Amino acid sequence: MSGDIGLWAVPVAMLGGAIRVSTPFLFVSLGEVITERSGRINLGLEGTLVFGAMAGYAVAYHTNSAWAGVLAAALAGSAFGLVHGLLCSLPKVNDIAIGIALMLLGTGLAFFFGKPYIQPVAPDLPAINLGWWSDLPQVQAALRVNVLFLLGAALAVALAWMLRKTRIGLTLRVVGDSSDAARALGISPARVRIQATAFGGALAGIGGAYLSLFYPGSWNEGISSGQGLIAVALVIFARWSPVNCFFAAMLFGAAGALGPALQSVGVTQGYYLSYAAPFVLTLIVLILSSSKTGALTGAPRELSITK
Amino acid sequence: MKDGRAPSPSFPSEGGGSLSRGLDEVSPPPTKTGEAGKAVGIETIGMTMRFGNFTALDDVSIRVKPGSFHALLGENGAGKSTLVKCIMGFYHATSGNLLIDGFDGDVKDPKDAHAKGLGMVYQHFTLVPALTAAENLVISRADVPAVIDWAAEMKALTAFMDAMPFRVPLGEPVHRLAAGEKQKLEILKQLYLGRRFLILDEPTSVLTPDEADEVLGHVAALCKAGELSVLMISHKFREVTAFADEVTVLRRGKHVGGGKVAELSHQDMAAMMMGDAKPADPAPRAETTGETVLALTGARAADRSGLKQIAIETLQVRAGEIVGIAGISGNGQMELMEILTGQRALAAGGVTVHGVPYAATRAEERRLKVRYLPEEPLQNACAPRMSVAENIGFRSFETGRAKPRFWLAPGAMRRRAEALVADYKVKCASIDSPIASLSGGNVQRAVLSRELDGDVDLLVISNPCFGLDFTAVAEIRSRIMRARNSGTAVLLLSEDLDEILELADRVLVMADGSLVYECTAAEADIPTIGHHMGGHA
Ligand SMILES: Nc1ncnc2c1ncn2[C@@H]1O[C@H](COP(=O)(O)OP(=O)(O)OP(=O)(O)O)[C@@H](O)[C@H]1O
Ligand SMILES: [Mg+2]
Repeated sequence: MSGDIGLWAVPVAMLGGAIRVSTPFLFVSLGEVITERSGRINLGLEGTLVFGAMAGYAVAYHTNSAWAGVLAAALAGSAFGLVHGLLCSLPKVNDIAIGIALMLLGTGLAFFFGKPYIQPVAPDLPAINLGWWSDLPQVQAALRVNVLFLLGAALAVALAWMLRKTRIGLTLRVVGDSSDAARALGISPARVRIQATAFGGALAGIGGAYLSLFYPGSWNEGISSGQGLIAVALVIFARWSPVNCFFAAMLFGAAGALGPALQSVGVTQGYYLSYAAPFVLTLIVLILSSSKTGALTGAPRELSITK
Repeated sequence: MKDGRAPSPSFPSEGGGSLSRGLDEVSPPPTKTGEAGKAVGIETIGMTMRFGNFTALDDVSIRVKPGSFHALLGENGAGKSTLVKCIMGFYHATSGNLLIDGFDGDVKDPKDAHAKGLGMVYQHFTLVPALTAAENLVISRADVPAVIDWAAEMKALTAFMDAMPFRVPLGEPVHRLAAGEKQKLEILKQLYLGRRFLILDEPTSVLTPDEADEVLGHVAALCKAGELSVLMISHKFREVTAFADEVTVLRRGKHVGGGKVAELSHQDMAAMMMGDAKPADPAPRAETTGETVLALTGARAADRSGLKQIAIETLQVRAGEIVGIAGISGNGQMELMEILTGQRALAAGGVTVHGVPYAATRAEERRLKVRYLPEEPLQNACAPRMSVAENIGFRSFETGRAKPRFWLAPGAMRRRAEALVADYKVKCASIDSPIASLSGGNVQRAVLSRELDGDVDLLVISNPCFGLDFTAVAEIRSRIMRARNSGTAVLLLSEDLDEILELADRVLVMADGSLVYECTAAEADIPTIGHHMGGHA
């Protein structure tokens, strides 16, 4: 390895890690923002993510096209979202309970159907080399950016724009803030919520495809380390703003990259504790952003947890 | 067929795209009932509405002529809101018909009603709290473009607002607006949407009399100009006489009278509303002396927005005294109430009751006999989906014996609830129906029955007569006075200055989060109090 950059390797590796690790967080949390903005919580996204990873990998393997895999993952994810949305529209059904059930169902189905795909190798998603200007291999490695990451970043901006400037965005916010007002406006809250949950599921599926088709880039049963659940917490941290989700995902990605980065510069003792960094960070963030007085600011008022 | 509807012969109707625009302007499309600039009249024929086997509306026929301002009066639970919700398609009447401009209305849902030019301001606000005033206005339109050009919309909205005699800040999220501003925005929204028939369900409940005159005056002028018809539900005779042309009175779901406002006195209307019932006589004010029950010293707390401060140097209420706090809504009354109910933490200072530090725990409330009636009781003092009986039992479900109960005693709870419901004349289909299904005034009565029951040493009440009809107002006020006479210390927060002047022994004025003026009832002078309420001390 040429170009010893000493301790600088840690931040560079963390940046690279942030870009690589954050993408699934980003997609899942963007999907969840849209779902929660409509007044529903889908806790099942962890299951959707794992199933998306499996479905994407399997389809990519059979068609020999990574993008077909991504598409399949999105379709599978939206099917899960649709099921969640439809079930929750029934009277006296709680979205949190359904979410947990679907999380278990999603992972279970993924393991069941995914058994034959643990061995085979499916094509990877392409990456763009944004580090060409540098001679340092560390920088080049860090800036090998996946197309999905760029798409996710663009999507965050687009969703923020949509929420402010379009009819769909305003309708979504109306439904999330007051079912009564929505009904008075002639909007059907159930329909909007079903669509929003299906959209959220599709994004979570894409997040899963990223895991199996790019980083780490293979399908196995331990592919997700709770990204789907953390992403739901991220949404609260990001105060239901898509652009904040981008930064929150980067922050968590960087925290997740801390362990490997320390290891790469030769810290051998205790570095494994830093693998817990994302989880500790989740706790700290949730405690810091909690409030003793009143509901969370910015929280959609129809959410079952804020009601 | 009305005049403007026949296609004008000078324009060939097969004129094609470019001409059709001009044609529209000359003659509006014949399918639309709500013609631009033309008031719509409605008529209900034999409307009946049953909830289960409870008849809320019984064969009601009313007629609102185009361009008239029609008032709908009735006691709490008379069925006024039910009637207008049937007109709007919010409920589907069990039987009966609706005519719009003489034709079969056949309104399927509120959206359909809107398309036919009908609009309504509901008793409870229907604005979206997180959206700004401008966003609320735009999204309520039927033709929201897929991508909204905010620059153009804001320009149009500002122009619309400039033409109105009252205004509301467009860029603020609605949850930050004061209650009065929300109420004005609800009405502005209907005008913005170009309604031709407007239903107002107690539209001035949180407006000051001056604001109410401004808003209703504008609406009445539109009626005079023939652009709008109005059906207004109100408990305020003053507004009815000042603005309405005609009136209809409901009692227990039945149409019991009506006529031209000019030919009816307040007594006539009151007599129609009540039937043979008599309003309670005001309880006399007994001479009382007592020691201090509630004391607040150096209290500091953040206000609702977190930007301003509530600062109360000293506030004392003694036994057998009613202390009235007057003020325009949004000047810290709600926060003061929250401090006293333990919902808002104090940054400094303290509250004592009977000289004991008080933090409003359930045990303290029981020991010191403190009771509350907060504003918006359905949200702040009830579990809306639990039954009337359960809600009435909230203060007492675990007591009644030497030590707290573990098992509930449903029989005793029901009997208590039945007794209180009868005593306070709460109108409900059954004590097992959810309290949220009660009419606005009856929720108020049910909560009062719970809070005034038994021995009370300190009673803190906020706007106790909000939305109540005049019989109920007289009754509630005499109950408060009787509680005072029997030695209860009463702190009364009210936006209704007349109520304060009628009940209070001592009047305080709250403005900008502080108590800025104090006088005894004897020296109370409306202009001086009004001056301090406006914060121009
Ligand atoms: N959804 C419902 N289910 C059951 N009962 C209902 C329902 N809505 C109204 N009621 C009953 O119908 C009666 C009439 O209620 P309504 O709300 O029309 O009264 P109101 O005249 O508007 O009274 P207020 O002046 O207090 O607002 C009440 O006794 C109420 O309990
Ligand atoms: Mg009503």
